[in-house]
Amino acid sequence: MSNDNFPLSRDELLRAYRTMKTIREFEERVHVEFATGDLPGFVHLYAGEEAAATGIMMHLGPNDHIASTHRGHGHCIAKGVDVKGMFAELYGRATGTCRGKGGSMHIADLDMGMMGANGILGAGAPLVCGAALASKYKKDGGVAVSFVGDGASNAGNFLESLNLAAVWDLPAIFVVENNAYAQSTSRDYAVAVDSYVDRAAGFGLPGVTVDGTDFFAVHEAAGEMIARARKGGGPSLLECSMIRFYGHFEGDAQTYRAAGEVEELRANRDCLTRFAQQVAQAGVLEQADLDSVDREVAALIDEGVAEAQQAPHPSEDQVLTDVYVSY
Amino acid sequence: MAQQTIRQAINQAFHQEMERDSTVILMGEDIIGGTGSPGEEEAWGGAMGIYKGLYRVYGDRLLDTPLSEAAFVGAAIGAATCGMRPVAELMFIDFLGVCFDQIFNQAAKFRYMFGGKAQTPVVIRTMYGAGLSAAAQHSQTLTSMFTHVPGIKVVCPSNPYDAKGLMIEAIRDNDPVIYCEHKKIYDTTGDVPEEMYSIPFGEADIRRDGDDVTIATYGMMVHRALEAADQLAADGIECEVVDLRTLSPLDTDTILESVENTGHLVVVDEAPPRCSVAADVAAQVARDGFRDLKAPVGMVTAPHTPVPFSPELEKHFVPSADKIAACVRDTLDD
Repeated sequence: MSNDNFPLSRDELLRAYRTMKTIREFEERVHVEFATGDLPGFVHLYAGEEAAATGIMMHLGPNDHIASTHRGHGHCIAKGVDVKGMFAELYGRATGTCRGKGGSMHIADLDMGMMGANGILGAGAPLVCGAALASKYKKDGGVAVSFVGDGASNAGNFLESLNLAAVWDLPAIFVVENNAYAQSTSRDYAVAVDSYVDRAAGFGLPGVTVDGTDFFAVHEAAGEMIARARKGGGPSLLECSMIRFYGHFEGDAQTYRAAGEVEELRANRDCLTRFAQQVAQAGVLEQADLDSVDREVAALIDEGVAEAQQAPHPSEDQVLTDVYVSY
Repeated sequence: MAQQTIRQAINQAFHQEMERDSTVILMGEDIIGGTGSPGEEEAWGGAMGIYKGLYRVYGDRLLDTPLSEAAFVGAAIGAATCGMRPVAELMFIDFLGVCFDQIFNQAAKFRYMFGGKAQTPVVIRTMYGAGLSAAAQHSQTLTSMFTHVPGIKVVCPSNPYDAKGLMIEAIRDNDPVIYCEHKKIYDTTGDVPEEMYSIPFGEADIRRDGDDVTIATYGMMVHRALEAADQLAADGIECEVVDLRTLSPLDTDTILESVENTGHLVVVDEAPPRCSVAADVAAQVARDGFRDLKAPVGMVTAPHTPVPFSPELEKHFVPSADKIAACVRDTLDD
């Protein structure tokens, strides 16, 4: 890559790096805070997978929708959900994104087009078909992106949605984040085809597999798919091969992983390291630029956690509110 | 005032709401019927002909779906969170098993899980009940599976006037609504005004006044209860028949007021008895109206079995007017 024909502007590169770094630091901090016992519930971390969410979401705007997985923090941050609100939500506080009623596994912000992490795997895919259908009726140029892991890629709701999107020619993108494990079960055991591109073809959808730790590869492939969908070219499937730095959930002892596997991945396949190398080689960003972002992000994370820990708990009456619009 | 069937009343509600609000869309299997087929377009208008004539007027606002309930019910729910007002058809209520997640884990919970920052104005209309020898997987009365779930509303009309008014209300309502139609009463006729009107949820209707016993029921069983009331009136027993109309919200005030006057309650439900709407009403009256009761609550329901196929067996499965009348007499003799 040379500076002259680099695919992104300096501002865009800084935005991409800031997003990836924010996700990483958010997750690393959640890992620590969870271990100290202050965070309630279940959390599933996106650390190691930042390039996928960021490379895709760089192409999305306010009219576009996404539906996420259990592992939703990265998708939220990349879609523009407020980080401080997210911390407060994870702590179950009244100031949280969902006023403390959703938590990590159900965090959502419809105002930002984020239709929710989901406690039910694959369940976001039908919802994304609906968002894409609404955009088609409203003619607002919106696209909708469904994220599933390699595990949920076997779920009927996801497979039915591939067909529905193809039949209705919806502006929808189905992203399979293949991190090689469904909880502890390996992808190769549970999926009989070698490539998700073959599955997509079986439903009449174009599909592409990219290295999900390469921000630029994801960004380019997603950009083509999203642009095609926006122009009425229909749905596509994007498989991102990626890696998980932590267990399925926090507290997972990961005894099913090979000895040294995570250390090797962190050393050799860290998407943030790779991004830094790519922009340095191309001479488009200086280390000082990245350092400056790092400091901003660190401050944001510190503030976010401190504010969340001080934020009020929801009042007792909140148990009974928000069930219906009217009843 | 024009006489209409329930089928026509729902069709008219769709015409009027689609004309009024461009965000109303309809989807389901074969609701146009014939899409992509060599025969006539709009060959069916839905398995029960509910949608006849709508496609010609509203075109692509009607969508035939693949046989794919989880995907299209979920798509209706997703579109509802994005500003549309979809009505999705679950052809038989029994098919709930393949798409319940989208209803009870997604639509029902969005508003709560998202801290009040979601509206999901979706209607899922579905057909329930026995009587056509459609057997165990096409004949159930699964209404209580929905009423159990916080976050969704459940509607069950018994007559054409209510069918139209409740459908218009369901479409305009900002919460997810399950609209249940009994398959045996589509051709029941009644007065239906031409103009648009809606019926608020949570308001039961007293279909017959009486001072001796209250019969609380809904949907097709309202007709059986009225037949029983006719039989009993010949013997001087006057029943008050309360048509619940909506099961969630449930108008317990009207039931309790009626029981306060009659002192006797019989609940009737085509569902099996355990954890049914009948059991729920009986429990609520036992809790809040116990001192008004002069005898134990009578309960007439289907047995705790699947729905049988043979017409002879099915006849014994579905609560009859005779069984209701017998239960009323038992209650009064107790």
